[in-house]
Amino acid sequence: MHFDLTEDQKEIKRVARELLAARSSWVRVREAAEAGAQYDQALWDELAGLGWPGIAVAEEHGGQGLGAVELEVLLEELGYACAATPFLSTAAAAAAIQAAGSDAQRARWLPALASGEATAGIGTRALCADGIGAQVLVLLDRPSGEAVLATPNDTDVAPLETIDPTRRYATVSGGDAEPLGNGGATAVAAGDRVRAAIAAEVVGIARRALEMTLAYVKERRQFGVPVGSFQAVQNRCAQMLLDTESARSTALYAAWAADAAPERLSEAAALAAAAAADGGRSVTASAIQAHGGIGFTWEADVHWLYKRAQLDAALLGGARRHRATLAALAAARVA
Amino acid sequence: MDLTFNADEVAFRDELRAWLAANPVGTAPHGDEDAHYAWRRDWQRRLADGGWAAVHWPAEHGGRGATLTQSAIFYEELAAAGAPLPANVLGLLLAGPTIMTWGTPEQQERYLVPILTAEEVWCQGFSEPDAGSDLAALKTRAVKDGDEWVITGQKVWTSMAQYAKWCMLVARTDTDVPKKHQGLTYFLMDMEQDGVEIVPLKQITGESEFNELFLDGARVPDANVLGGVGNGWKVALTTLMNERSGLAFFLQVRMRQLLDQLIGEAAERGLLEDPVVADRLGDLHLRCEVLRLTAYRGLTAIETYGQPGPEGSLTKWMWSDTNQQLTQLAADILGPDALTAGAPWAFELLRARGNSIEGGTTEVLKNIVAERVLGLPRAGR
Repeated sequence: MHFDLTEDQKEIKRVARELLAARSSWVRVREAAEAGAQYDQALWDELAGLGWPGIAVAEEHGGQGLGAVELEVLLEELGYACAATPFLSTAAAAAAIQAAGSDAQRARWLPALASGEATAGIGTRALCADGIGAQVLVLLDRPSGEAVLATPNDTDVAPLETIDPTRRYATVSGGDAEPLGNGGATAVAAGDRVRAAIAAEVVGIARRALEMTLAYVKERRQFGVPVGSFQAVQNRCAQMLLDTESARSTALYAAWAADAAPERLSEAAALAAAAAADGGRSVTASAIQAHGGIGFTWEADVHWLYKRAQLDAALLGGARRHRATLAALAAARVA
Repeated sequence: MDLTFNADEVAFRDELRAWLAANPVGTAPHGDEDAHYAWRRDWQRRLADGGWAAVHWPAEHGGRGATLTQSAIFYEELAAAGAPLPANVLGLLLAGPTIMTWGTPEQQERYLVPILTAEEVWCQGFSEPDAGSDLAALKTRAVKDGDEWVITGQKVWTSMAQYAKWCMLVARTDTDVPKKHQGLTYFLMDMEQDGVEIVPLKQITGESEFNELFLDGARVPDANVLGGVGNGWKVALTTLMNERSGLAFFLQVRMRQLLDQLIGEAAERGLLEDPVVADRLGDLHLRCEVLRLTAYRGLTAIETYGQPGPEGSLTKWMWSDTNQQLTQLAADILGPDALTAGAPWAFELLRARGNSIEGGTTEVLKNIVAERVLGLPRAGR
């Protein structure tokens, strides 16, 4: 039993944190967002050059040959930076195709996604993250839970302007989707991997919101003292930590289960999705509140995190459906 | 990341399971608190005979030198088998480790074995009417008289006092000190003497798990000072640091069992299809799992860094909150059946209100998280 990152994984985290702090400051995120949901192309080229999009893709397909936990680590850091790149969708789609795709699907998509030459979109027909400009889409809206593949050539992908301009969203209509591999349980598990990936990003978003809030309430003084010395503010921050760490425990569990204990993945992914969908929203909302009046301004960067958390919750399909899944799983176990 | 048990841990678990299978717990006697306690005492004797009473103690003192993960497994398995906590839980978890840390060889020789066998039960004399969360404000006095100390004061929330032979007592031995946590001394006090009066404290469930302790001229020999005169704060911290580890796993499994029971009740009433009920049950399942996962994360942090990470301070808060929500949902699902006098769910509902007070109120836990984990400036008190 060792519920922590390995030294190698911690090293990946440290490198990612440092690189993103240098390359994806709030100034850069803001520039990309205010230019109308543009991606930070220089950053994306650099990440692709480092092989990050293919971190969980096998070496034979041009990837790094690492696993879902390493992907979780990178997604947390990209979320922490709120980076304006199609990393989440591209890396998550690659992981899904690696895990469940047919040989032909792997050969067709993985080398391009791993190298960053192609990007992917993930989500549903009603809301597809990073869908604009993507060459392949992994869609999760089948009632069976199976993830399916679609391409912009076969479907109509239209831009969807959302409240979160740090990323491009799309709607998908018409056309056919193809099963991932042979479909079935493997394709359902691929959907779980995608949801676990979204949840991992949310952990990073929540952690950033908490850290920005802590820095602010230590600095900001009212009545002659830092506002962070008021117990009402402290209690809010403690709740933010509880929600963030709950999301992290479940996101790490889901990432671990994806590779090491596939029989636990569906439950672990539902846990991670439910914790992230609600936790991300409430932590980032608390960040706005704890920043006071400044938190409600466009100038304070916490709103980017709040918006990303809202869209990620929508991509996850909301917490309620995952709680329903969990209730059904628990009931089946008791019966 | 590896959330499976290693070979040693599996071997430990399998040996324990085999022992539990060969030594069934039996059924708890109902209604009579003394009979229930006698049952728990007998259970601990059986654990001790099997070498399972204090797995976390070093082998030289009759334990198994279990790792933190093995201790966690021990409590999980105990709870899963429907076993009660050992009768002398305060002795095993608190007094024993504190005596091992601070006791003289003579004290260790004298006290540790009877703790293990539940021959001598221990209680904890820390809290006072005006010193709850603020322990250092305690007023109980100890005055030197020859080679004895004479104790005067009042303690409260003393569980097991009616069964205890010994009390971990913290008292003020010096009032002329600049700071209130100085001038305290930790005593090992014999409960069987005239100066000790035990008054049961009736709680909102109608039962009496706790007592008040009135100390009027109780006497403690010098040899029963633990860790030196005036060093009581440090010794008491050792006791408090031992308070929450291990138990968390027992309580978490117990809560899981209670949730499974509630799911069964909801199923019997056809309420699993009710989306509101399902949503709340799903949330409770999530919370139970988060608690389990977070407790394991905390264990790894202690094993790796020697101290709990941020998650360590969160589990007790989350556990009490979740248990209160769970028992409240039971009242929603069962209606009046959960609220009739003597109903098990009624007991659980009322007992859960104590969860967010005992062993550190949620308010104080949040302060601790804010100041020590998040590094926020100390709040005005």
